[in-house]
Amino acid sequence: MILVTSFLIMAIFAPFIAPHDPNKGNLLERLKPPCWTKGGSTKHLLGTDTLGRDMLSRTIFGSRISFLIGFVVVAVTSSIGAVVGLVSGYFGGKIDAVIQRFVDMLLAFPQLILALAIMAVLGPGIKNIILALVYKGWVTSCRVVRGDVLVVREESYVEAARAMGASNWHILIKSLLPNVMASIIVVASLSIGTVILLEASLSFLGLGVQPPTPTWGGMVANGRDYIFRAWWITTFPGICILLLVMGFNLMGQGLRDTFDPKLSRQGR
Amino acid sequence: MVFLIMYLTPGDPVEIMMGEGSVVSAEEIERLRHELGLDRPMVEQYLSFVGGIFRGNFGRSIIQRASVMKLIGSRLPATFELTILSIVISVMIAIPIGVLSAVKKYSLLDNIGTVSALVGVSMPTFWLGLLLIIVFSVKFKLLPVTGRISYGHGLEPITNFLLIDAVITLNWAALADVIRHLLLPAITLGCHMVALTMRITRSSMLEVLSQDYIRTAWSKGLGRKAVILKHALRNALVPTVTVVTLNFGVLLGGNMIVESVFGWPGLGRLVINAIYTRDYPLVQGAVLVYAFTYVVMNFVADLLYTVLNPKVRF
Repeated sequence: MILVTSFLIMAIFAPFIAPHDPNKGNLLERLKPPCWTKGGSTKHLLGTDTLGRDMLSRTIFGSRISFLIGFVVVAVTSSIGAVVGLVSGYFGGKIDAVIQRFVDMLLAFPQLILALAIMAVLGPGIKNIILALVYKGWVTSCRVVRGDVLVVREESYVEAARAMGASNWHILIKSLLPNVMASIIVVASLSIGTVILLEASLSFLGLGVQPPTPTWGGMVANGRDYIFRAWWITTFPGICILLLVMGFNLMGQGLRDTFDPKLSRQGR
Repeated sequence: MVFLIMYLTPGDPVEIMMGEGSVVSAEEIERLRHELGLDRPMVEQYLSFVGGIFRGNFGRSIIQRASVMKLIGSRLPATFELTILSIVISVMIAIPIGVLSAVKKYSLLDNIGTVSALVGVSMPTFWLGLLLIIVFSVKFKLLPVTGRISYGHGLEPITNFLLIDAVITLNWAALADVIRHLLLPAITLGCHMVALTMRITRSSMLEVLSQDYIRTAWSKGLGRKAVILKHALRNALVPTVTVVTLNFGVLLGGNMIVESVFGWPGLGRLVINAIYTRDYPLVQGAVLVYAFTYVVMNFVADLLYTVLNPKVRF
């Protein structure tokens, strides 16, 4: 929670925290090392990149893209997955069969490969990354919600609601949705880390957010050609990705342990 | 679905083939479109695409002007060799640590294992690869950065699996060199797998160790090694083996990143280049191969589960 909150504060207040403009470079100051190493200066605490841009400022602003894409993708995939899972699990029969066959079809593709294929068609950009990651991302939520609904729909209060003449949509929204919300939240929090890693990977491959917008994956890719003499360009963004994803994974595990004590006992 | 993704691509594949600024008559473009079947209705194109798949014909690469199947076939051995070695290394590291973590629950080793697993699943693969290059190739100059083998080893490619070729030809120097080239990419690729396998092994060992038959084994006076390795581990490995098999497909996806970082001449790098150059038939063929392998490995995992756990039947 502390890790995630720290990065979130960093992302929100980036314009106030960052010492320099992340896109403004000075070629005379390119490839300057961090301040604690030989040749470094306090003007650029984490050094500069190939175009003389401040690494600290770019790292701070890079967190915005990670949070934006992470939250948007997870919000959309959780919503789609919840709706489809609810409908699939509640109505069952042919509707369930058709939906689950489509889900099976999507599950046949590893996510990164499918995202790359879609990016190949759509081209790079924030909107297209979100579309590419949402395309398959909802199936996990769908499966989890469907599983919960299959159990909950047999409960007596659902039967009572049906007997009292409640419509299907009323039962879905008032009786079933609140009972599967915990699972949706757990899956969502565990997925954010994966989405951030995928976005960073796509940016690393040059198919993500395009320059000059700073993204951590793009910064690591930028530093690849200078790895022998400017290790800091790849190191600091990578550390940020690692810490942020760890933070979300820890948060997700904590939420899972809170909402499902059985699972938490198994892991101990 | 693969056909649809490519069919809905904006832009004309023939114009892409001709290149920007080319001076080609409209009749020539029309002739080429007819030759490639692009003027036919969508359903006919789809049926032709599916028929081609069954005949092993995935079309021709727009950029490289060669059969897609041939191009993919030339790169598959490198990718499979890397993936398989990655799995072997992951399993060799993860299972012993998982077992020890379970046996010495809440100890320092267990805590280190837990933290390592968390770091492992959170680590960006491309970043780990670059870090390993900095440490092992740049700083200590222990391992090479790119390629499958150094020049001058005179290794004849028989199967294109260089490890197997080196063993067949008894070229031990080449074998050592191939392993040196494989180590960094395999470790990078296997990082997530190590973390996941370690957690699964620990979790299933804990469950097995709490079973009655293990208590019986202890009370019979069996040695620690016999109880843990002979009785507990065998049963605890069932979910581990299935998870490892299921993750083969996931590793194929991760291959693209690792091959890009290390310049590994595998299918992943071919696909990345095809995406950059908008070589859609090649992307199409490669995605199909990946999806097929993923489905086959899922099926193998299901079969393995029934073999290892006779209580499960489909």
